[in-house]
Amino acid sequence: MKRHAVLWSMIVLAVVMLVPFFLVALNAVKTPEEYSTGGPLDLPGGVSLDGVIAFWERVDFGEKLLNSVVISGSVAVLAVVVSVFNAYALGIGRVKGRLWILVVFLIANTLPQEALVYPLYFLANQVGLYDTKLAVIIIFTVIQAAFGTYLLTSTLGGFPRELLEAARIDGANKWQTLVRIVVPISKPTLGVLFVFFFIWTWNEFFLPLVLLISNENQTVPVALGVLQGQRMMDATMTSASALLGIIPAIVFFLIFQRALTRGITAGAVK
Amino acid sequence: MSVVPTSIRDRGSYLWFLVPGGLLLLAVILVPFGMNIGISFTEWSGAGEPEWVGPDNYVRLMSDSTFWASFRHNVGLVVAMAVLPTLAGLVIAATLFDFVGKHFGSRHAAVLRACVYLPQVLPIAVAGIVWSWILAPQDGALNEVLRAVGLDSLAQNWLGDPDLALWSVMGVMLWIQVGYPVVIFMAGMQRVDPALHEAAELDGASWWGRFWHVTVPQIRPEVFVVLLTCTIAALKVFAPIYVLTRGGPGGSTNVPSYYSFQNFFEKTQVGYGAAIATVLTVLILVLTTVFLRMQNRGDHR
Repeated sequence: MKRHAVLWSMIVLAVVMLVPFFLVALNAVKTPEEYSTGGPLDLPGGVSLDGVIAFWERVDFGEKLLNSVVISGSVAVLAVVVSVFNAYALGIGRVKGRLWILVVFLIANTLPQEALVYPLYFLANQVGLYDTKLAVIIIFTVIQAAFGTYLLTSTLGGFPRELLEAARIDGANKWQTLVRIVVPISKPTLGVLFVFFFIWTWNEFFLPLVLLISNENQTVPVALGVLQGQRMMDATMTSASALLGIIPAIVFFLIFQRALTRGITAGAVK
Repeated sequence: MSVVPTSIRDRGSYLWFLVPGGLLLLAVILVPFGMNIGISFTEWSGAGEPEWVGPDNYVRLMSDSTFWASFRHNVGLVVAMAVLPTLAGLVIAATLFDFVGKHFGSRHAAVLRACVYLPQVLPIAVAGIVWSWILAPQDGALNEVLRAVGLDSLAQNWLGDPDLALWSVMGVMLWIQVGYPVVIFMAGMQRVDPALHEAAELDGASWWGRFWHVTVPQIRPEVFVVLLTCTIAALKVFAPIYVLTRGGPGGSTNVPSYYSFQNFFEKTQVGYGAAIATVLTVLILVLTTVFLRMQNRGDHR
């Protein structure tokens, strides 16, 4: 009896956590008339995609999705590459002063973006990269790679020395050792980092909001946030916009769930 | 050639791999951070030449009530994003892992964990949109629910009432954040030696007793990491404030991050904004150092 009470309390908690998602889905498929007469809690008469379509066309959502994919995908690839280079020098090469270099990367990872935003905005303007996806890609490559370097250095610190020695005896230089030995063996960790960088970059808001002002460059969260801030949408369109913001996140969650759970654990033990 | 020991030659060539990452770090983080500190000692509108004013901006901060209020609001967010999620996360994780997992199977526990974790995968800006709509005063879902069950008097202007807005934001942040400690703590609990629990059980310890004296001490590293990362996240909060309240009503939910943004891009008081951002940075770095020290001391004991 008591066992079931505990189980039920957990189920109630889970349901409470899910209610907002359910409400969004419920109201995104209503017509504005249904919403104004029945409010947010009535079941819709049928599935109307009018709100979703109206919102999609209004913000050109396909373009925003593409922007987010291009930015997050490029950042994830580049940040993994930069992290591997850094961690190869620090974790395997054990270059002099590596502890202090690591501290610098750790601090870079902890700095609030508020303390970087104005100079970045100013410098991007100076070099003609303001309001370009490239600026955001470069900046987040560095921010994500700071974390990746930190995590990957400790992973590579425990890399089997015999393998490196064997490669050296076979005449491989440092570059060949990295590409043929270290990277293939570290693939699972690199995969987790890729997933993390992709999702983190996808979810970023502050710097993209400042750096991407024109509509055609904006990412999904920025486009949604800006529109919400203008308070120009009716209730069904708001929930339609929320639904379109939620769907990619849930798709990533389902695809990457395994990698994510493993990765969060890896991050926690750092 | 043979005069140079191989180890030194080795190290030299490894350094090349640090060059791209090091240059990028310099250009995107270290130089801008230095510039921000420099700007904080000037008066500057963002155009023209910055005018050196020494520590004036920092002096002004000391007596700026908006600035202090924004830090007080931040304390509330630390409670909502770090303290409460850690406490709730411990109880939920232990219940799911020890109780649901053992009596009903780990699949049930995994499904429930996924439900609690789901808000964490949303972009925070999107979570903010969801909640600003649910909390809307007229036709928002929360007020509709309250009216539907006859609690009309409890229906509020959740985000528009200066006395309530911060509490509402804290509630939203708790919803977003709680899944993170649950997942991390459950992963940590897998590490705990079951023999410890069995020994405690033989000694007649209750579930709560085992929770406090076995589980919590054993996953202390995870608790530290969660408290540190969540506290830093709470100090940096921007997107939910931007989407939910824009710091309002009447500045009642303003936080340092949003206040510096306002100074940078709305009031064009760039020097003052830079000073706020610098103070925030110092606070975060000090907290990080203190936490890491405490963690190290804990490890050595």
